[in-house]
Amino acid sequence: MLDNLLILTAVPVLNVQLLLDGLFIGAIFALAAYGLALVWGVMNVKNLAQGDFVMMGGYIAFVMSKMGIHPIFGLPVAIVLMFAFGWIVYRLIISRVIGRDMFTSLLATFGLAILLQQVLNLIFGPEVQTAESGFEIRSILGGMVTVADIKFISFLLTAVLAAIVVTFMKFSRMGQAIRATAQDARAAKVMGIDTDRVYAFTYALNAAICGAAGVLIAMIWVLQPFFGLAYSIRCFVIVTAAGLGNLPGVIMAGLGLGAFEQFGGFILGAEFQQAIVVGMLVLVLLIRQFQQGRQRQAVV
Amino acid sequence: MNLSPKTLAAYAAILVCGIVAPFLFPNYTFQLAMLWIMILFALTWDTMGGQMGYNSLGNIFFFGAGMYICAVVQIAWAGYDVAEYTAHFGAVKIEVTYAQYYGGLMVGLILAALGCVLFAIVFGHIVFGLRGPYFAIGTLGVALAAGELVGTWDYVGGGGGITVPFYPGEPDARSLLYYFLCFPLAIATFSFLKWLYSTRFGLAINAIRDDEEKAEGMGIHTLRYKTIAWASSAFFLGISGGIFGNMVGFVEPLEVAFPTVTFGIFMVVMALLGGKGTLWGPVLGATVFHIIKETTWTYMLGWQWVALGALIIINIVFFQQGILGWAQEKWPERFGIKVEGDDSGREAG
Repeated sequence: MLDNLLILTAVPVLNVQLLLDGLFIGAIFALAAYGLALVWGVMNVKNLAQGDFVMMGGYIAFVMSKMGIHPIFGLPVAIVLMFAFGWIVYRLIISRVIGRDMFTSLLATFGLAILLQQVLNLIFGPEVQTAESGFEIRSILGGMVTVADIKFISFLLTAVLAAIVVTFMKFSRMGQAIRATAQDARAAKVMGIDTDRVYAFTYALNAAICGAAGVLIAMIWVLQPFFGLAYSIRCFVIVTAAGLGNLPGVIMAGLGLGAFEQFGGFILGAEFQQAIVVGMLVLVLLIRQFQQGRQRQAVV
Repeated sequence: MNLSPKTLAAYAAILVCGIVAPFLFPNYTFQLAMLWIMILFALTWDTMGGQMGYNSLGNIFFFGAGMYICAVVQIAWAGYDVAEYTAHFGAVKIEVTYAQYYGGLMVGLILAALGCVLFAIVFGHIVFGLRGPYFAIGTLGVALAAGELVGTWDYVGGGGGITVPFYPGEPDARSLLYYFLCFPLAIATFSFLKWLYSTRFGLAINAIRDDEEKAEGMGIHTLRYKTIAWASSAFFLGISGGIFGNMVGFVEPLEVAFPTVTFGIFMVVMALLGGKGTLWGPVLGATVFHIIKETTWTYMLGWQWVALGALIIINIVFFQQGILGWAQEKWPERFGIKVEGDDSGREAG
């Protein structure tokens, strides 16, 4: 552990490599986390199946690359398919848990997560997969730092997708309806907004965002049916750290988490990767609790 | 407690069934022992989730912690150095006499129980500030983190696991021994909780479930009650973990000790299936779930986990009151619930 720290100080260029990798992956975390924040803020549903939606999107890209189509074209396909899937899930399950106590939605989506990861496992098997993009890998800073073109492209695509979603939320009729429902669902209903349709659209939009994130993950990282839970937890970490309705916070927390994981994984060793993710969750919840504890009066 | 003869007869029947079952079905002793552990799981989860309204997804942590404590104590009791033993990955065979074995097991189980109570008190102060979904996710995080961290801890064998000292006698005697540890443990858990829910303590944790702010306003020291409730769950879960580790004979972090998505979620499903917040609900749910699981699991060829996910969704979305809750709605008078303002009132008027 100390050795790895010494390597980092002895070869400072390695820091650049870890930081770049962290930011590239962190941007995708932020994208998926934004979807969670959307559903959480608008419908008050904590979607534990978030990471499994990401994996589903990834496997769509994987299937397309197996069929000989470049996985980057999986992006529109995944968005459309996952949007439809999200709509169906909303109609079947989520519409029945809105407004009930919060554990109901949490456990229902946890059940959905188990179901999805097992179906993926049955179809694709437990092997770790990746969708080959076939782009070049470049060396910069005298060959010490390598950047795959696909990582850079996916970073740009993430930024474009985020910009589209934000613009949509700000200016479109549906986006305004979603924000109105988030502020006050009853008032929105009185003003003639079909809140049920807004909820369905929000959940489907979230699934589509996750699907897009999954396609990018499939190209720059790896897929495995059971990795979904880790992505769900990452989304929770990011949203809890940033707070709801705080877009700059979500982006910063996502990039930060990505970089933190890369450095942590390098210093402690790869076997700690999952532990770091879960450890961050416990840590973020603890910090949040201390912040709230200050506002609460103690009972003696 | 004064019980009616009918209830007393029912309890006696369950006791007799529990005692003769392993002799009637000697091939299924392991599954029968598992049934009692499952009942214990559902009961201890319900103390928190049903009676107190704190839905934990990480109670499995105590199961695994108890398992590791017990295994380490047993190896140390047999006179082996744990670090050296785990470094050889099972190449060293532990030879124990009966006296050593029972001594190690007993001390191991006691320390497992006490260790888990200690963990519950320490973690209780950390996680009980979290409410609702944050509590559920936080406890899930603790259980997952424990599995991952233990998997990297070489002293207890890391991801490769640790083999517990093997029983010196016949395999049949061994399975009977563990059956007769699980059975009284489940009975003890049930009796303890039955007594606990009938006291002021039971009312206090129900008050916390119904409205924590008001309960606090009425002068209930909520943190103390919550910690005691969690510690009593942890006590029984720790012992059951120690026993289960010995039944399997091999302790491994992700699949055996901290199986968050199998046993960890089974606890919740069983309590919900039977009807949470009742004493008999978890027992009923665990029995039904375990029987269905044991009879159909192997025939579903990988689809059983999909079925489990579907069961959770259907259970939580459409059937949240559980079997017992449904029965209470259907025949309220059998449960001593008085229904007012129904047809009988109209007839009289």
